[in-house]
Amino acid sequence: MKFTMLESGVLAMPRADIDTDQIIPARFLKTVDRKGLGQAAFHDWRMLPDGSPNPACPLNAPGAAGAAVVIAGANFGCGSSREHAVWALLALGVRVVIAPSYGDIFRNNALRNGLLAIELPGDDCALLAGAGGAIHVDLQRCEVARGGYRFRFTMDAFARHCLLEGVDALGYLLARSPAIAAFEAGRKS
Amino acid sequence: MPEPKTLLDKLWDAHVVANEPGCPDVLYVDLHLLHEVTSPQAFAELAGRGLAVRRPERCLATMDHATPTTPGLPSGDRAAMTQLETLAANCRRHGIVLHAVGESGNGVAHVIAPECGHTRPGMTIACGDSHTSTHGAFGALAFGIGTSEVAQVLATQCLLQYRPQPMEVAVTGRLAPGVTAKDLALAVIARIGAAGGTGCAIEYRGAAVAALSMEGRMSLCNMSIEAGARAGMVAPDSTTLEYLRRRLTPAQYEQVEAQATCWQSDTGARFAKSAHLDAATLAPMVTWGTSPAQAAAVTGRVPEPANAADERALCYMKLAPGAAIAGTKVNAVFVGSCTNGRIEDLRAAAGLLRGRRVAPGVRVLVVPGSQRVKREAEAEGLAQVFAQAGAQWREPGCSMCIAMNGDSAAPGELVVSTSNRNFEGRQGPGVRTVLASPLTAAASAIAGCIADPRELERSQP
Repeated sequence: MKFTMLESGVLAMPRADIDTDQIIPARFLKTVDRKGLGQAAFHDWRMLPDGSPNPACPLNAPGAAGAAVVIAGANFGCGSSREHAVWALLALGVRVVIAPSYGDIFRNNALRNGLLAIELPGDDCALLAGAGGAIHVDLQRCEVARGGYRFRFTMDAFARHCLLEGVDALGYLLARSPAIAAFEAGRKS
Repeated sequence: MPEPKTLLDKLWDAHVVANEPGCPDVLYVDLHLLHEVTSPQAFAELAGRGLAVRRPERCLATMDHATPTTPGLPSGDRAAMTQLETLAANCRRHGIVLHAVGESGNGVAHVIAPECGHTRPGMTIACGDSHTSTHGAFGALAFGIGTSEVAQVLATQCLLQYRPQPMEVAVTGRLAPGVTAKDLALAVIARIGAAGGTGCAIEYRGAAVAALSMEGRMSLCNMSIEAGARAGMVAPDSTTLEYLRRRLTPAQYEQVEAQATCWQSDTGARFAKSAHLDAATLAPMVTWGTSPAQAAAVTGRVPEPANAADERALCYMKLAPGAAIAGTKVNAVFVGSCTNGRIEDLRAAAGLLRGRRVAPGVRVLVVPGSQRVKREAEAEGLAQVFAQAGAQWREPGCSMCIAMNGDSAAPGELVVSTSNRNFEGRQGPGVRTVLASPLTAAASAIAGCIADPRELERSQP
């Protein structure tokens, strides 16, 4: 899925170490599909044990619906490798996460699905989260802006290229089949 | 003179298929482990594109996450059954060996691959499971991947990856009696933090690591991801070879033995990051919070919160700062998982439970990591020890580590667990998880509260 730019509301979740078990609890992984995981996203934060919405959860605040940008604490997406976490975020309508750092596997999973994982220092994240209004994310210019704040972010050039062009990583690898065959042949000899 | 290389660099360089400037490397995967929960969407992607599995002989599939630990299939759980049936159909279609529920080779992926001799030094190993780092115990580069990457490995046997940074965790001294590899793992994570190894592959070195059994090394490497490192590894030595000698054909063993000495970091090799610990100073460790890094000695006290995350964790765990950790009431105990579900772990737990009883009101599940571990434990009389002590002896599976298979605890309950994650809700909504070694878990089962196993070891039953 391609990504170029976006303007949207913000979901601020300033906690550090939001693991993929929080993003989607394991009991929702019993599916053979990538779709339909929106209800499961942050389920145990959004819902009280009796099944009613938790009013203290930012995801239930007015204005949360339709917010495509999450601003989170450090080490976002740590823990389990479940790509369902990315699928659940996308199903919730999230296209961008901004955080000081990420779990390595989550970052890869995000990239493979066109979810933009932007890294910014914690202070910048806090300023953006505290500013009002819509946030503007521009991957061409590697810039995010909200309220009076504007920050540039860096992203590895290959990842940025993949997101901008919607590069299919599996297709990219399949195109390397001759090199893979040569590698396999070289090891046998 | 060539630049000294780390074990990571040697493993990486031996598996690079292509490296183009400005792009991640194309890395070859020697062994691909599959299970029912993270593979169906990957097989579907292959089907959608009309692709074959490139090297079915390099794949090994098992059913572990969604399987019940009571005998038989999860016939009452339609969603779990669909996952199991889908995996079976995909393995049949593509000619992949599958160890299905109930079969003699079934078990948790990270338990069965080493015990059958599939995991060997010098390999690259991937699996749609973050605890794939376990296999690094053999001097392999092993890491967890997402489902899109599972599809990539199925179709091309390769991954697009950047080389991680080499990180050294050097552990001098020797672990004291009653202190295990699991305690060392928790101490490492507490020291470097839940993101201390992010972007890195950890190599565990030093006398304390060399003294660990293969089971201990697997527990240690298993937990690397809890410090953020995708991979953890230990260079192969005589302990590794002795373990493999009993599991390989003579021809396979000869090949492994001839190459084992290559898979070491060269003297003078440079690590991007280092951490040093003295094993002799460590006590049994338990977690008090909701991150594996929130761990302390079982003899210690619940710490004062240092930040908002600590405050939130203590609130969730219903623990008071300054209170003694030992003595906290326990509702359930889980012994098992890819971290601590191997025969040595069960022997340790049984050693304390022999001739003793589980405290009244405490539910204890002992779940072997594989059918093979189960058979061994039964042959050694361990199963009987657990039963006589009042613990439940179950079929293999991930069980209460992931709580998506019928095994879980009730909201508010406190579980002393030999698994790897104490995240909020990991063992069921509202469940409070305390990570510990099999010894500490067994001691806590007997005491009915979090307990130091060394005190029981000193007294006869």
